[in-house]
Amino acid sequence: MDPECSRLLPALCAVLADPRQPVADDTCLEKLLDWFTAVTEAGSSLLLLQENPCLVELLFHVLKSQDLSSRILSFSLRLAGIFAAQENCFQYLQGELLPMLFGEVGPLGGAAWTAPAVRSGWIQGLRTLAQHPSALHFLAACGAVDTIFSLQGDPSLFVASAAGQLLVHILDLAMRGPAEGRRSLQACDWPACAQKIVGHIEDSLCSTAIPQVTQALSVLTTAFGHCHGLWTQGLWVRLSPLVARLLEKDPVPASHSLVDLLLSVARSAPSSDRGLWETLAQTLSHLSPTQAGPLALGILKLQDCPQVLRTQAFGILLQPLACVLEAAAQAPGPPGLLEGAAGDSMTVDTLLSSKSACVGLLCCALAHLGLLQPLPQRPSPWPQAPLLGAAVTILRLCSGSAAPTSDVGGRLCAILVGCGRVQRAALDFLGALSQGTGPQELVTQVFSVLLEYLVSPESSSMVLKKAFQATLRWLLSSPKTPGCCDLDPHTQLFLTELLPVLQKRLCSPCWEVRDSGLEFLTQMTRHWGGQAGFRQALLASEVPELTKQLLRDPESYVRASAVTATGQLSSWGLCASPECPGAQQESLLVELLHILSTDSEGFPRRAVMQVFTEWLRDGHADVAEDAERFVAGVLQAASRDLDWEVRAQGLELALVFLEQLLGQRGSHCPYAEALPETAPPGVLAQALQVLCRVQLFEFAFRALFDCDRPVAQKSCDLLLFLRAKAAPCGGPQEAGDSPNVASVEATLQRWQAGEQGQPLGYLEPGAVVALLRSVDLEGLRDTLAESSDHVEKSPQSLLQDMLAAVGVLGENEADCY
Amino acid sequence: MKLYCLSGHPTLPCNVLKFKSTTIMLDCGLDMTSTLNFLPLPLVQSPRLSNLPGWSLKDGNAFLDKTELIDLSTVDVILISNYHCMMALPYITEHTGFTGTVYATEPSVQIGRLLMEELVNFIERVPKAQSASLWKNKDIQRLLPSPLKDAVEVSTWRRCYTMQEVNSALSKIQLVGYSQKIELFGAVQVTPLSSGYALGSSNWSIQSHYEKVSYVSGSSLLTTHPQPMDQASLKNSDVLILTGLTQIPTANPDSMVGEFCSNLSLTVRNGGNVLVPCYPSGVIYDLLECLYQYIDSAGLSSIPFYFISPVANSSLEFSQIFAEWLCHNKQTKVYLPEPPFPHAELIQTNKLKHYPSIHGDFSNDFRQPCVVFTGHPSLRFGDVVHFMELWGKSSLNTVIFTEPDFSYLEALAPYQPLAMKCIYCPIDTRLNFIQVSKLLKEVQPLHVVCPEQYTQPPPAQSHRIDLMIDCQPPAMSYRRAEVLALPFKRRYEKIEIMPELADSLVPMEIKPGVSLATVSAVLHTKDNKHILQPPPRPAQPTGGKKRKRASDDIPDCKVLKPLLSGSIPVEQFVQTLEKHGFSDIKVEDTAKGHIVLLQEAETLIQIEEDSTHIICDNDEMLRVRLRDLVLKFLQKF
Repeated sequence: MDPECSRLLPALCAVLADPRQPVADDTCLEKLLDWFTAVTEAGSSLLLLQENPCLVELLFHVLKSQDLSSRILSFSLRLAGIFAAQENCFQYLQGELLPMLFGEVGPLGGAAWTAPAVRSGWIQGLRTLAQHPSALHFLAACGAVDTIFSLQGDPSLFVASAAGQLLVHILDLAMRGPAEGRRSLQACDWPACAQKIVGHIEDSLCSTAIPQVTQALSVLTTAFGHCHGLWTQGLWVRLSPLVARLLEKDPVPASHSLVDLLLSVARSAPSSDRGLWETLAQTLSHLSPTQAGPLALGILKLQDCPQVLRTQAFGILLQPLACVLEAAAQAPGPPGLLEGAAGDSMTVDTLLSSKSACVGLLCCALAHLGLLQPLPQRPSPWPQAPLLGAAVTILRLCSGSAAPTSDVGGRLCAILVGCGRVQRAALDFLGALSQGTGPQELVTQVFSVLLEYLVSPESSSMVLKKAFQATLRWLLSSPKTPGCCDLDPHTQLFLTELLPVLQKRLCSPCWEVRDSGLEFLTQMTRHWGGQAGFRQALLASEVPELTKQLLRDPESYVRASAVTATGQLSSWGLCASPECPGAQQESLLVELLHILSTDSEGFPRRAVMQVFTEWLRDGHADVAEDAERFVAGVLQAASRDLDWEVRAQGLELALVFLEQLLGQRGSHCPYAEALPETAPPGVLAQALQVLCRVQLFEFAFRALFDCDRPVAQKSCDLLLFLRAKAAPCGGPQEAGDSPNVASVEATLQRWQAGEQGQPLGYLEPGAVVALLRSVDLEGLRDTLAESSDHVEKSPQSLLQDMLAAVGVLGENEADCY
Repeated sequence: MKLYCLSGHPTLPCNVLKFKSTTIMLDCGLDMTSTLNFLPLPLVQSPRLSNLPGWSLKDGNAFLDKTELIDLSTVDVILISNYHCMMALPYITEHTGFTGTVYATEPSVQIGRLLMEELVNFIERVPKAQSASLWKNKDIQRLLPSPLKDAVEVSTWRRCYTMQEVNSALSKIQLVGYSQKIELFGAVQVTPLSSGYALGSSNWSIQSHYEKVSYVSGSSLLTTHPQPMDQASLKNSDVLILTGLTQIPTANPDSMVGEFCSNLSLTVRNGGNVLVPCYPSGVIYDLLECLYQYIDSAGLSSIPFYFISPVANSSLEFSQIFAEWLCHNKQTKVYLPEPPFPHAELIQTNKLKHYPSIHGDFSNDFRQPCVVFTGHPSLRFGDVVHFMELWGKSSLNTVIFTEPDFSYLEALAPYQPLAMKCIYCPIDTRLNFIQVSKLLKEVQPLHVVCPEQYTQPPPAQSHRIDLMIDCQPPAMSYRRAEVLALPFKRRYEKIEIMPELADSLVPMEIKPGVSLATVSAVLHTKDNKHILQPPPRPAQPTGGKKRKRASDDIPDCKVLKPLLSGSIPVEQFVQTLEKHGFSDIKVEDTAKGHIVLLQEAETLIQIEEDSTHIICDNDEMLRVRLRDLVLKFLQKF
């Protein structure tokens, strides 16, 4: 600990121990604890306590004082835990202090115990303290384990959960010693402390009270999830009969926790454990369809797992969909539609029992299957076609367009119709299925149901967004006609139906709809801008014109999306109307510049900057025509912007421009041979002239002293790049040579001090090079690389702040009189 | 209690309720769908329409859909729930000998008048050179092409009423306010309750002292312009008559408004015109409000909106003055003071213009592309006919149907072939089946009565079992020309006791919480009110001749014997008898009670639930002794 902190510490301890000077800010105490943790990790705690007796005094004082706040008490418990984590310091404190803090005579019995913060501090203190065998004896001696048992049922969820974790920690600590090296460990050999905890878990598992069972299961889940000693296997051998017994009850108690436990065991156990697989199979068949879903998904994600079990688990995930397919079938479907997953009566009962049960089960099934779909270990063969059929059927039931003839189908339809949650889940799932193929007939159905959703006025904005996303995924995955780069006829036909719908959606009064319509258009154009079929269909529609009109939308998000969309359309030459292409195009550039300089919201301006950067990078025809003028205009507008992201994007654009003038930045590939990076002198001189004309330096230097760190960092990188390129050619010149530099430096200094009013004026290339050398860019970069609060983060400043805060509080008190 | 169902149209109901001694007509809606069988009445002679083969211009008629189920002159009162449900009023008040009163709220009357005025105007301004009625003869009708030959009860179709009849009918209306209690002949009390559907729209609660019937007509739970629906007052109903649910249960009004705006904007942006056939009041206020918020954002500020109706001006102005009938938001605006509806601003800024007809000023101001709101939604009469003829040929134009009352395909039939786009966005804010099921759970009526259409899924979507009323016990359904006996019996009648009589009562508690007293009084009944008055004092014996005669009339007021109550525990009774020296007692159980035999005294005591008999042989002393012993076990009062 540095001497200054040592000097401040007694005063701080006095403040903490004084109930009249409450610490206003909890985070200070947390920071103090973090600091003490760091200090004790770096050196001896014992030494620390001996050098700073005020700390022990504080702990003693806390014990004696009656009216201290619960925060300070909690803090002291945790602090004591941190010190006692080292065995020699533990011995030092053990005599008097620790039993008083953590034993029955301490806060445990007092009024302070009613505060959850104190109970939590007590647990956390013990958790940090329990690092060595001596701690185990201490815990046994002071009866802490029983208290922890009772805290498992604490009304505060944080306390209860921490208590469970502490039990696992103690168990692990107790077992680590004896278990090391010995493979088969008999339960009777276990240390007393572990015996006690395991006994408690056994009792809880046999209890009829569900909360107790849940507690036991979650302790075990933590144990199997976090402890990797061999003893965990012994533990499972000992407890699995009790867990299996839970399955015999109807309904199965604490099913969620049970599923968590089994999955946790399955992940840590060796794959040869047949008993475990049997238990899992038994659990799958005992749990209700809703409860079994997460377990089935977990099983299917396991690396090694018997095929039989995987089949059973997959069957459970498929069951709800099989029921839906069966119920909606006009006639009995082809046999083995979803093999092994014929809709069983229990699933049907759950589906029909209530709306919430039906929606919950279907959404879970769809989400689980959607998660499974992209995984390499997904079941094979993957029933792509029936799943597609089921997704389409569910969507039709939800929209009311399915007309099931069966009784179950009719009731399902009544439950699902208009249900947005299921619609969203099914659309997500349908989108995920686009990765696979399917029979053409089904794919046609997919597109028709997607179109139905896009057309329907009843689709909510969220559903519509999902429908757009799914449509995009299906469109992009649609097969290309072999030997032809154009769209296949089905897709082409779909497009002609889709564009009028998109047109209508772009006119929707709901801004979310307009926004997702525009996003969809952008994505579609990005991928298909070059396809003749797409271009033709798009240009024949009013979509480009409507998109342009949306640049003036009242909603800023929509304006931003419209900017991106028109930018994309224009990149592909899809914005121009056939009559007067030039005029149209120019007006778009002007319009975007207008948005950049006048729009009151940040999003559209950021979007414009991105479009411009992309245009410059891709050599957009209108930009390429007079890139210099374009860059000058954009930088001028961006430099005045109040939004830092716009300014940062301006630097990005400047960098693209630089690269175009001077060549690429250093190769990003670390193995590439380093090429000479500097530009040839002739090119450089010309480039510098251009850069000076577009006033890129004024923009970059201004950004260098930007109040937003990311902007300054970006500018620093840009200038460093420029200096690297320019370095050799400016060799003989000295900073002092140029008459302008001194005044420019003075201006820069003022900018750095925050007065950015004064312009830099026109800079000569020579002056620029000189400036680049004279400014300490590396130094700036290092300063900027540190987080903005690096000065304020030092422990010394923390202590000073805390003392000052108390001082301020005191003054306020005085002011009252 | 009976319900006579005169209309088969669930949203244009007409039912008559006989309750206690009153005959109450609930609404008198006018089903005008039969106008669709006629050709449109063009404002300008249309060569196309008049040259259609085999057709000639017929009279545009409006029709009364009633049967001779009940003599309408016996109807005591008519309760109107909203302006759409009163359109048949002149037919009833003017031609049936009706002499009662009509109750309606002020906005219902005023806007109803506008609707009638518009209807009469539309019909009368296109006078017919001739009218034909021979075809109504069944033998001829049979020969006519479909759908005319399939039309039912053509003979009951009537000509449209005149303005004079309208005025006369409206003069019979008495204005009422929400929650106002109106006594009908002392027998029942009727109260209009806000229904949230339209300006001044109401449901009705009809109650006597011990029974309550609620009548729910067009109601809405959506937040539009009217005052919200009063659900609480519908609680504790014995019978709830449920009519006027949404006609388009699958279309959510919000989505439809969105659809309306999207299509309107799309058409106008392409340089096309939009035609909206509508009624001059109601949803149009909400549409204008939506457009007010939407047009600027959609860049449509320069597009003119025209509202053409003979009553356009009155409708727009009336809506602004009924502040007390509006929703809370709009009410507060009035105090700012600001006009509650934003269409005032649209008019001020010249974005919305209104005209009585296409003639006159309109033709000077007319600018395209534009949006026109005009009637009639059936497309058979009114200025809309002209616009259909004018714009029908161009695919740039769009007609958007927002009123759900008419099938848009049938409405369009005479205009085919049509190039203009047709969009169907029916906006019906009335209750849907989900809302109804919540409402019924909330108010829990003992019985629900509704049109038969509501008890099964719509014919076109027979699998949609969610589109029907689902309640327990199942709703009773009615169809046109049916008489329903409502499933509850009246069991109690309220009788008032005069204070001086009440003073004289001496209640005796016979078990905790229950006290009894005997009353001797005169029951006085007048205007369906029953009052117990103290009996007149017995005449003074010294009175004159006249007085004596008076005393003959009054009932005998002897000092009454006390009434007895309680039951006799047989075992204790036997013990008491034994204590009093009777021996040789035998008890026999009978079906109704017990018989106690005193064999020695040859006496029999028959104890039953409501009587006790002592049968002994001429031994009055013994009987009195036994009687006193029996009485010991009973309470007297």
